[in-house]
Amino acid sequence: MNLFRNVVFIAAIAGLVAGVVLACLQAYATVPLILKAEVYEQAGGGHHHDHAAPAATDSSAMSTAAPAGNAMSSAAPAPAEAAAPAAEDEGWAPADGFERFAFSVVANIVTGIGFALILVAVSEFAGGIGNWRQGVFWGLAGFAVFTLAPGLGLPPELPAMPAADLTQRQIWWWATVVATAAGLGLIAFRKSLPLAILAVLLIVAPHIVGAPQPDSFETPIPEGLHHQFVVAVTVTNLVFWLVLGAVVGVVRGRFTGTATSLRDSFA
Amino acid sequence: MTTASVSLGASVSSQSRFMQLALVALLGIFVVGFVGFSHIDAVHNAAHDYRHSMAFPCH
Repeated sequence: MNLFRNVVFIAAIAGLVAGVVLACLQAYATVPLILKAEVYEQAGGGHHHDHAAPAATDSSAMSTAAPAGNAMSSAAPAPAEAAAPAAEDEGWAPADGFERFAFSVVANIVTGIGFALILVAVSEFAGGIGNWRQGVFWGLAGFAVFTLAPGLGLPPELPAMPAADLTQRQIWWWATVVATAAGLGLIAFRKSLPLAILAVLLIVAPHIVGAPQPDSFETPIPEGLHHQFVVAVTVTNLVFWLVLGAVVGVVRGRFTGTATSLRDSFA
Repeated sequence: MTTASVSLGASVSSQSRFMQLALVALLGIFVVGFVGFSHIDAVHNAAHDYRHSMAFPCH
């Protein structure tokens, strides 16, 4: 399992670096907008973004299935709301301030490593990321697959924004990721016109099917704030993927480039 | 570009190589899925700002 160990090692370093970078960018670019949106959310009578769709998620089952919208404010347990205004749902939540930030950083690093594991594994099938420049291109592909494509149908959303059923959106998100990745892979690694046409169909298909949309788009969030958030999310994710790909290239290059005699031990 | 042709694990059998890389990819999907997509309230709340900032389907 040396290959497994080495791939995980490369992914861990790259994910750690890119995750820390992303956490810093988020603290500066996206989290302030989320906090602003939560002010509107509170003003709008508690958290109703969870329940825009009649098909309730498991968290709303606890509040005896409030039909939709502002009914939640009366159904929600008042003491919990008062104690932890940041809590979106029932249950434990990190306290505002440092604790909340710390958990975001941890989430960034852990999922950074998760994305890195996927990136390194997939790129190894295609011969591996040889240097930082190749890594940048792989990063662009990752950005297209995990941010651009799903973001077209399901734009980044702020708290208090209506959305369709959570599970259906998650299924559409993952299906779009898989279809886009398969399409890009066919274009990049198969020199065949019919397969390239199939690739375009794969990339377009999720958007013809269409992402699950809410019944109503009514929200207290100003259009300008949301637009700012969409830009911030897209740009921070672009930087994350470029850094992730480049660091994978650099770390992996050190493995294979400077230690050719050790190559077999990496096998 | 010479380093580009050096694959990790070139000397293990292709079947073992495929299995190990597939395992890595699955591990990554599991990690992202748990932190970013699980419906457990505590996990959602802990990674709330992260989920929004990644444009993951949230709430």
